[in-house]
Amino acid sequence: MEPNWFDEEAGPMVRLYALTKGRTRPATEAFDLIAMVVADTPYGPDSPYGEDLGLAPESAAILNLCRHQAQSVAEIAAELDLPVGVVRVLLGDLLDAALIRVSRPVPPALLPDERILREVINGLRAL
Amino acid sequence: MASAHSDAPATAPAPATATSTKPTTAAPKPATSTKPATSADEPALALKILVAGGFGVGKTTLVGAVSEIRPLRTEEQLTEAGRGVDDLGGVEQKTTTTVAMDFGRITIRQGLSLYLFGTPGQDRFWFLWDELAHGALGAVVLADTRRLQDCFPSVDYFERRGIPFVVAVNCFTGARKHAVERISTALDLEAETPVILCDARERDSGKKVLIALVEHASRLHAARMLS
Repeated sequence: MEPNWFDEEAGPMVRLYALTKGRTRPATEAFDLIAMVVADTPYGPDSPYGEDLGLAPESAAILNLCRHQAQSVAEIAAELDLPVGVVRVLLGDLLDAALIRVSRPVPPALLPDERILREVINGLRAL
Repeated sequence: MASAHSDAPATAPAPATATSTKPTTAAPKPATSTKPATSADEPALALKILVAGGFGVGKTTLVGAVSEIRPLRTEEQLTEAGRGVDDLGGVEQKTTTTVAMDFGRITIRQGLSLYLFGTPGQDRFWFLWDELAHGALGAVVLADTRRLQDCFPSVDYFERRGIPFVVAVNCFTGARKHAVERISTALDLEAETPVILCDARERDSGKKVLIALVEHASRLHAARMLS
């Protein structure tokens, strides 16, 4: 609990789309909520991202989140407490800058692959 | 120069070693100690299951019961202008709405995870469903026998789009356990659509629902491949 006079009802204290320079859609593509993002920078996994790349703190935070393990777009948004729309724009920039790699979900026409579904069923049973 | 790379011994210039650091090529993942070689070859695969149903039926409860992580919340900010909701006759009014979606995750194995998304309850966010439903493996429609009609829209939605779904009847304590067939009839379901009684608070019960869904999706898929 914070002693602030404002609460969540007040809305964000920084206009969120200022982060994205007013853009509401990523430049290149729409990222699915379960697209998996992994940081892909020439820096070692333990070096702090962002400072020398001149990134906004939010973009640096994204890189830090997914530098060890791929994260879904939904998780990134939840973790950073940013709306998905904002995260998508930032991801678009990171992708353009070749700082991340993204695995898109398998197109619905190709899914469900029988072998994978079997694996999922067995995995669920084993939980 | 090369001193920035903590893992590259700067003293040994030997370019022949396997750990040569190529700066630009589609980076062979900086070996982060745990990653096996397969994760680089085989990209992480994620599957999506939706949990739909009326308001307060227990969607987030179900997600939480089976998820390995505490359900996370992601928010989508929507500017409703230009969505064709209302014709305001030239009144340039924008309203921003925040829609929250709760979701959870189940890791099947390294590189294969299942994501469960609780769909936003209000009918006015149908258009958000389209994005959520895109590429979804299937859906669980949670139903409450006391308010069975609340799940009609979800049933319609998935039927129309040919998205595999099961109906899971959340048996609240004291709720009458309607016969599965009667629920199936009441919802006018196609004969092959599974109806399962469940307790959304119970992990095992939730697991059974998910297994039934994936099996159902698998059958439907096999049938489609044949036709």
